Amino acid sequence: MAMTIIWTGMVVLSILCGLVTGRGPEVAAAAIEGTRAAVELSLSIAGMMCLWTGIMEVMRQAGLAEKLSRLLAPVLRRLFPQVAKDRAIMDSISANVSANLLGLGNAATPLGLEAARKMGEKSKGTASDALCMLVVCNTASIQLIPTTVAAVRAGAGSQAPFDILPAVWLASAISVGVGIGACKLLARMWRD
Amino acid sequence: MTELLFTMLVPFTIAGVALYGAVRRVDVYSALVHGAGEGLETLWRIVPALVGLMTAVYMLRASGALELAAGYLAPLLERVGLPAELLPLMLVRPVSGSAALGVGAELMETYGPDSLLGRTAAVMLGSTETTFYTIAVYFGAVGITRTRYAVPAALCADLAGFLASAWAVRLCFGG
Repeated sequence: MAMTIIWTGMVVLSILCGLVTGRGPEVAAAAIEGTRAAVELSLSIAGMMCLWTGIMEVMRQAGLAEKLSRLLAPVLRRLFPQVAKDRAIMDSISANVSANLLGLGNAATPLGLEAARKMGEKSKGTASDALCMLVVCNTASIQLIPTTVAAVRAGAGSQAPFDILPAVWLASAISVGVGIGACKLLARMWRD
Repeated sequence: MTELLFTMLVPFTIAGVALYGAVRRVDVYSALVHGAGEGLETLWRIVPALVGLMTAVYMLRASGALELAAGYLAPLLERVGLPAELLPLMLVRPVSGSAALGVGAELMETYGPDSLLGRTAAVMLGSTETTFYTIAVYFGAVGITRTRYAVPAALCADLAGFLASAWAVRLCFGG
């Protein structure tokens, strides 16, 4: 429903604004041009998206995700002290985080939901501190190689679509760091 | 030298993954093709959303509404180092992934993918997630009605991601 409000709002607003500013004909032309741009964008990113989901599948089948998740386990135990003793939950969390790092979105969500469901059994209907942390970690992007964005840059004619990697890592690390910090801080302050 | 390293990072990653898979006796080629097919399915699913959203974004841009809003908010945003042109991207990013992709692609086309603005848009897309969608999926699946501080904490992370993107691009590419 949120998208219905946003989309309808965008269309109505652009017609109203176009009429007021005298750009009605431009708005009419844009409605046609936008559809073409969308299909062109889809075509221009298709090749790179396919290649990279292919590479991700090779990574998954070669067991790179499991290897990464073993590496991450000690760090994650400190992030989730409330459930650190529960092997099943910790295994799901590590698998979820490592799939997110590798950009395996389709694999990451079911793993994360499995961990969330087990956490939810302990506190019916209320988000525990561990569950808040898990959700916030999943709303922040930690993908090491942001392939879709690189594909869009390549489609727009970028000279080096991947040259943004260091900046993406820096920004992701700060974003995740602030999310984790906010969780730890709010866990102490929140009264309900 | 570092520039060459980053250019070669992609082919090296591809070759490294292929070699690692082959050594682990994975059927690398069929895994690659199978995965690529899944990528195509993902794309197929987002095309209809892209058509709808990019039409709306193009109309909004043609109407002059974005310039109007950006004009009002520019002084405020610029004070914290965020270009006002990126406001629409920051507004849709937490709500819809394909809308954000459409807005971001439009920004990269307009200002050039290798411009400071185009790069910042790309880094914002790459370093944040579709926050509200993720929250809805997780809490919906577990049946959580009292979400406590999850939403404010996640939005803090998004805001930090946006500010950090603008800063990181200035740091890495100057300007």
